[in-house]
Amino acid sequence: MSDGPLLEVRDLHVGFRTEAGLVKAVDGVSFTVDRGEVLGIVGESGSGKSVTMMTVMRLIRDPNAVFSGEVLYKGRDLMQLDDDGMRRVRGAEISMIFQDPMTSLNPVYTVGWQIEEQLHAHQQLSKQQARARTLELLEAVGIPKADARVDDYPHQFSGGMRQRVMIAMGLSCNPDLLIADEPTTALDVTIQAQILELMGALQDEFGSAIVLITHDMGVVAEAANRVAVMYAGRIVEYSDVGPLFAQPRHPYTTGLLASISRLDRPRQQRLPAIPGQPPSLLTLPSGCSFRPRCPHAFDRCDEEDPALAARMGDAHLDACLLPPERKRELHAEAAPA
Amino acid sequence: MLAFVIRRMLATVVVLFAITVLVFVIFFHTPGVDPARKLAGRNPSPETIAAIKHQYGLDRPLPVQYVILMRKMFISRDLTSYSNQGQKVMPEILAATPVTLSLVFGAAVIWVAMALLMGVAAALLRGSVFDPILMVLALIGISMPVFWLGEMANLVTQSRYHDSFLFSWVPPLGYTPLTSDPAMWFKHLLIPWLVLSVGYIGLYARVLRADLLEVGSEDYIRTARAKGLTERRVLIRHSLRTSMITFISLFGLDFGVLVGGGALLVEVVFGLPGVGLLTYQSLTSLDLPVIMATVIYGAFFVVVANALVDITYAWLDPRVRTA
Repeated sequence: MSDGPLLEVRDLHVGFRTEAGLVKAVDGVSFTVDRGEVLGIVGESGSGKSVTMMTVMRLIRDPNAVFSGEVLYKGRDLMQLDDDGMRRVRGAEISMIFQDPMTSLNPVYTVGWQIEEQLHAHQQLSKQQARARTLELLEAVGIPKADARVDDYPHQFSGGMRQRVMIAMGLSCNPDLLIADEPTTALDVTIQAQILELMGALQDEFGSAIVLITHDMGVVAEAANRVAVMYAGRIVEYSDVGPLFAQPRHPYTTGLLASISRLDRPRQQRLPAIPGQPPSLLTLPSGCSFRPRCPHAFDRCDEEDPALAARMGDAHLDACLLPPERKRELHAEAAPA
Repeated sequence: MLAFVIRRMLATVVVLFAITVLVFVIFFHTPGVDPARKLAGRNPSPETIAAIKHQYGLDRPLPVQYVILMRKMFISRDLTSYSNQGQKVMPEILAATPVTLSLVFGAAVIWVAMALLMGVAAALLRGSVFDPILMVLALIGISMPVFWLGEMANLVTQSRYHDSFLFSWVPPLGYTPLTSDPAMWFKHLLIPWLVLSVGYIGLYARVLRADLLEVGSEDYIRTARAKGLTERRVLIRHSLRTSMITFISLFGLDFGVLVGGGALLVEVVFGLPGVGLLTYQSLTSLDLPVIMATVIYGAFFVVVANALVDITYAWLDPRVRTA
């Protein structure tokens, strides 16, 4: 059992029935997360990255949502688990922290109470044991004077401190997988760096695998081992972090990388942006869904819907129909010397 | 929290003082009105008016008049009703208070329990047919005027079907104190309780449902689920707990208003000798001392209920305490 991947998502589809038709929020996504690794999922808003991970946690409760596919966690399909079985997984084996720490903690309970609640939900602990564990966690995430602050309410903490509390809560039951949904987006840049550093340090200590959802390539570069780039409900490029940054193969990734301002290169007149808008998930364009915005689109892109595959013969997967030699040129465009 | 309670209590005292001053000014110093004549009831003799003038110190400075009035109300408690053969007002109100309290308290128990049940059920059954059915029932409850519903209840239980096995237990209109015969007390009050609570059940169920649905989409509810809590615990300890903040503030205000005489219509319809009925009678006979005293009595309960709501609010919502 320990030799398989920790989490394996196979051909996951998530759709939402609306009056206008079925919105395909996640359209055939497959990926794996190994023990102890950090997978970054990058994409614009609406690309399906949060929906994918919320589905893994089975936290989407919209009665109009339709799911298909498999979510194998340690070989068990979470999609087939009953509610109580899933409840035991949530927070204990897989936990999730969210984007906005200002609203993700219940305002009417103390932070200590909220962490202890999670401990009691999964472990047989006495009050004293739970309190001791909570203090230990708060100290581990760097809350100063944890014993004095454990009985404070969320509104008495700053945003960064609240996110630390969320992380402490996420790690409280030693999960094997921590899903972090844009954990730094709502925070100041200086605090972002601190939180990322903290997550890195805690990952070494706790050994949890992390799925880091973000729209920030900088965050991925700093924290992830592997990257999945999502566009319009699909993964369009999937590789180890080094090769993806060094040699992106999908024009969308190239565009994302080009739109980061870089201090190690001469300043350009204007930071390039990807033109256009992401497509409506109700009516995807024919062929490749990035085609309307792609500067390199050609005839085939209109006819053929490219699947994620090893198109260059290595472990670096992409979903672009451009011939290999053109893809090598993309890299040069993304990083003008 | 303690500091908050003390601050709030002090504010309550100030508000109560302001209300007594306001009532005093309105009743004694409305321009063009002779308070002595008003106090004396209908067709008073000149001697009565002169006696009242002397008694209330109406020829003396304003602050003195205020103090005399307050002393008559709260210390010597010999404020007298002239239109009602020299009846002492304050003992009359004190005698009516337990009736009103019995009525409102019982109705409150029913409406809180039923509203919780209906509101939670509707929120949980959202998307099924039961949610709109419950909400339409609630709307019907809100729409029925309490005096009409009361008269209908009387028509059915006192006259038309009184002799059927369903309602033969219903005693004639009136009131029996809890201390003298608890069973009779209950029988007298059960139908008034139900009638009074119907509208509130509807209102509170709708408010609670809306609040539960709103809270349900909050990020911290998602967090609670992500923590692996049971649905039951998410509902009770997280959704319901925060929805209670609105529910309880609403409850405190309505409770205060009802105890303060707002249950007047129900008391009149069911012949319950409570503060509402007293107010009603004093209004029809223009019995100024009683009106004055019931206004202050009502204001007292509203203000105290408000203070209790605020304190409960601070207890329920830690963010309020520092404010």
